[in-house]
Amino acid sequence: MSSNLDALYRRVIMDHYKKPRNRGVLEDGSHTINMNNPTCGDRIQLSLKVEDGIVVDAKQEGEGCSISMSSASMMTQAIKGKKVEDALVLSKVFSDMMQGKEIGEDLDLGDIEALQGVSKFPARIKCATLAWKAMEKGLKEEEHE
Amino acid sequence: MNIQDIRKQFPILDQEVNGKPLVYLDSSATSQKPLQVIEAIEKYYREINSNVHRGVHTLGTRATDAYEGAREKVRKFINAKSTQEVIFTRGTTTSLNTVAASYAAANVKEGDEIVITYMEHHSNIIPWQQVARRTGAQLKYIPLQADGTISLDDARATITANTKVVSVMQVSNVLGVINPVKEIAEIAHQNGAVMVVDAAQSAPHMKIDVQDLDCDFLAFSGHKMCGPTGIGVLYGKKQLLEKMEPIEFGGEMIDFVELYESTWKELPWKFEGGTPIIAGAIGLGAAIDFLTEIGLDNIAEHEHRLAAYALEKMAAVEGMTIYGPLDAAKRAGLVTFNLTDVHPHDVATVLDAEGIAVRAGHHCAQPLMRWLKATATARASFYLYNSEDDIDKLVEGLVKTKEYFSDVF
Repeated sequence: MSSNLDALYRRVIMDHYKKPRNRGVLEDGSHTINMNNPTCGDRIQLSLKVEDGIVVDAKQEGEGCSISMSSASMMTQAIKGKKVEDALVLSKVFSDMMQGKEIGEDLDLGDIEALQGVSKFPARIKCATLAWKAMEKGLKEEEHE
Repeated sequence: MNIQDIRKQFPILDQEVNGKPLVYLDSSATSQKPLQVIEAIEKYYREINSNVHRGVHTLGTRATDAYEGAREKVRKFINAKSTQEVIFTRGTTTSLNTVAASYAAANVKEGDEIVITYMEHHSNIIPWQQVARRTGAQLKYIPLQADGTISLDDARATITANTKVVSVMQVSNVLGVINPVKEIAEIAHQNGAVMVVDAAQSAPHMKIDVQDLDCDFLAFSGHKMCGPTGIGVLYGKKQLLEKMEPIEFGGEMIDFVELYESTWKELPWKFEGGTPIIAGAIGLGAAIDFLTEIGLDNIAEHEHRLAAYALEKMAAVEGMTIYGPLDAAKRAGLVTFNLTDVHPHDVATVLDAEGIAVRAGHHCAQPLMRWLKATATARASFYLYNSEDDIDKLVEGLVKTKEYFSDVF
């Protein structure tokens, strides 16, 4: 199949899709965010536990395509242990990445970098950003508390 | 019907997408437009563009003749008794909303019932939810059989003497089933209710005769039947339309305007407030000419054959779930499906890389998706310019999709 598709469906994305990390609901979470993509039916429930300005735990569950589900999995992995403000910075970096902007080389994005290929598929960007929007919504609530 | 000759009329089909020849299988979302339609719209803007029903000047008369000529073409197309029963709207959604906001708002009261089905498109659900909320009427659903069809016994059990409006789609945009709207109209009338038919998915594909169906209202869109976007039709029986109040007020639809009171123009213009969709109506008229020349019966037969071919070939793909009846005789030209372990968005993306355009999502039918126990599905829909060759490419693409994702699972 075309190399174009291989740029989208990277092995690490498929790995997260097949074996989602942090799947489930936090019983003792401080924030629960439900979001869906009304044009396609993708749905995510994100629960976050924030203590002293740090995201100490995050879990996600939902239904959707390989891109939205793997992105949710990677996102929870990336923000766990991070300060709220750093998680929000990461969200901005991710948004830039989806718009095809250059990302600073000194940034270690880990698995998330694999989603870079999505920017070449405009119809799929919304799939990738759903979980991040949920996270932003939850953490912005936290900032305003 | 020579498909190669028909395809020549659709310049858009002759292109490569992602390095592969385009295979367009999304006509249920919107159809492509033949040269005849594109040229009619261009000719209108190049040669006769003018506002209708007002100017004394020559162009104004030509534009009015072309606009009203398109109305006569629509009348003939659906066999309405009079052009007074043919209202131009923005599309099926606007047509159905007009019936809900005008007819239903005036005739539905607390304790009354509105009956629809589980398979309706959002545009034939939400306007009725709004009427029910405002009036205190009850919204009821005719259930579906296991294969997605409607039984007349269920229709009889759901429609009662309290029912004031029954609204049903003639062809499902997801299940592909053809509903017995004529028989349901009879049941509605026996109970004193009016019958509304959503013909968005049927008007492009089969002959429609509103007098034979004996429906009270019928709605469809131009863009799904080779016409432009932004134009649609609301058919209504004259005696009902005459009693109904307009829902848009302004220019074009008035008779006399006093300081505190106004009166309306006669039918159909009282429902066409503002400068109408002139180019759209002319484009729709050209689309009707195009379809009529080929023959709606020929188109229906062609799509029927394609659906039967697609059902057989697609069902042979491992891990394939097909929604709706497997009996091609109960179906129009579309197949909604899912591949095991591959989300429909991923199916659509992989097919797109092969130049094949299909729809993925909930198809504006969330209640039906829940009934199907699917969050999303993929759909291939066919029209007069598609051939068995397109279906072979689709099936090849689906096998490739399956292989591509089986590396993962």
